[in-house]
Amino acid sequence: MYNAKYIIPGLIIFALLFTFPFWYNLGAVTYEPVELELPEDFDDCIESTEFMRTEHMKLLDEWRDIYVRDGYQLYWSELKEQYFLMSLTKTCMDCHDNKEDFCDRCHDQTAVDPYCWDCHHTEP
Amino acid sequence: MNSNRRKFIKIAGLAALGWSICPPLAGARTSRYKRIEEGLRAERWAMAIDTAKLTQEVMDRAIAACHELHNVPKIENDQNIKWIWVETFYNLIYDQSHPFLQERQLPVLTLCNHCDNPPCVRVCPTKATFSREDGIVLMDFHRCIGCRFCMAGCPYGARSFNYFDPKLFLNEDDMNRDFPARDMGVVEKCEFCAHLLDQGERPACVEAAEGALFFGDVRDPDSEVRQVLRERYSLVRKPKLGTEPQVYYLI
Repeated sequence: MYNAKYIIPGLIIFALLFTFPFWYNLGAVTYEPVELELPEDFDDCIESTEFMRTEHMKLLDEWRDIYVRDGYQLYWSELKEQYFLMSLTKTCMDCHDNKEDFCDRCHDQTAVDPYCWDCHHTEP
Repeated sequence: MNSNRRKFIKIAGLAALGWSICPPLAGARTSRYKRIEEGLRAERWAMAIDTAKLTQEVMDRAIAACHELHNVPKIENDQNIKWIWVETFYNLIYDQSHPFLQERQLPVLTLCNHCDNPPCVRVCPTKATFSREDGIVLMDFHRCIGCRFCMAGCPYGARSFNYFDPKLFLNEDDMNRDFPARDMGVVEKCEFCAHLLDQGERPACVEAAEGALFFGDVRDPDSEVRQVLRERYSLVRKPKLGTEPQVYYLI
């Protein structure tokens, strides 16, 4: 190999720099699921917990388009077998009445900053 | 292998047929979304404003009802937000006015015209403002990027821009929880109380004005708007522009 004495140290330095985020964070604090304060009156949300955990943002995004643009107001919940008003304030925040201990805890932990409540009320 | 071209094409054809039939079958169950049954429906909503019945008290009541319902702030400068407001007849319908009308103030209540051919909708680059099937020109605040093209496009000055965070001018405790607030940098205007109509109620200003405002389906010959338009002489603002406004002023 030509110039091996330059290339091999160069490759090693490159590999070290490239993997910097991995070895820098070795032993750092790992992600821990947060304890959320759930509404006491109900066992389930309008869909399964797993669905709500991973898809609630997509559901809300769909709701706002369907409600504002398509003129539908009610959402059929397969789990609860009933219609719910598609409203962040009047439906979601009616049960999840503690934004700090439910919404914010998880959002803070995952470092997301949704701007829903810049306009929408936190309590009905 | 016992396979030939003819057999392959047959199977592929059947598969394509199945593919095209199955998704509609799967989606044939009841839709997940429904309208509120009590909601008021119309082919084309319209309003008639009886200028003869507009006293200062009636107009103030209508404005207060609207602005309280929709959390519209009152800002004491030229960057105020207005959904429904008072304009003199001379300014409002200037193409039907003459200079001597300036001597009479003739204040008239005015609001978004919910045009059949709305220029604001045409110029909006994000489709944040759009025409509903029932003719209401609605704002989707989520999509508004605050470019203000719609304000330039609207020939009636019906739109207001939030130069500030409107919540700075609203009392948190007095805010109406049934309707969201807005954020800085979005445009807002009258919505013909689309959210109330969907729940089966008439617009707040119509209720508050107690007979000075008529509201109904302009395509329905028996609606109160059509009846009053048959009986009285009426004007619309800037008809030559071809925007086809749907707020009629009874003279």
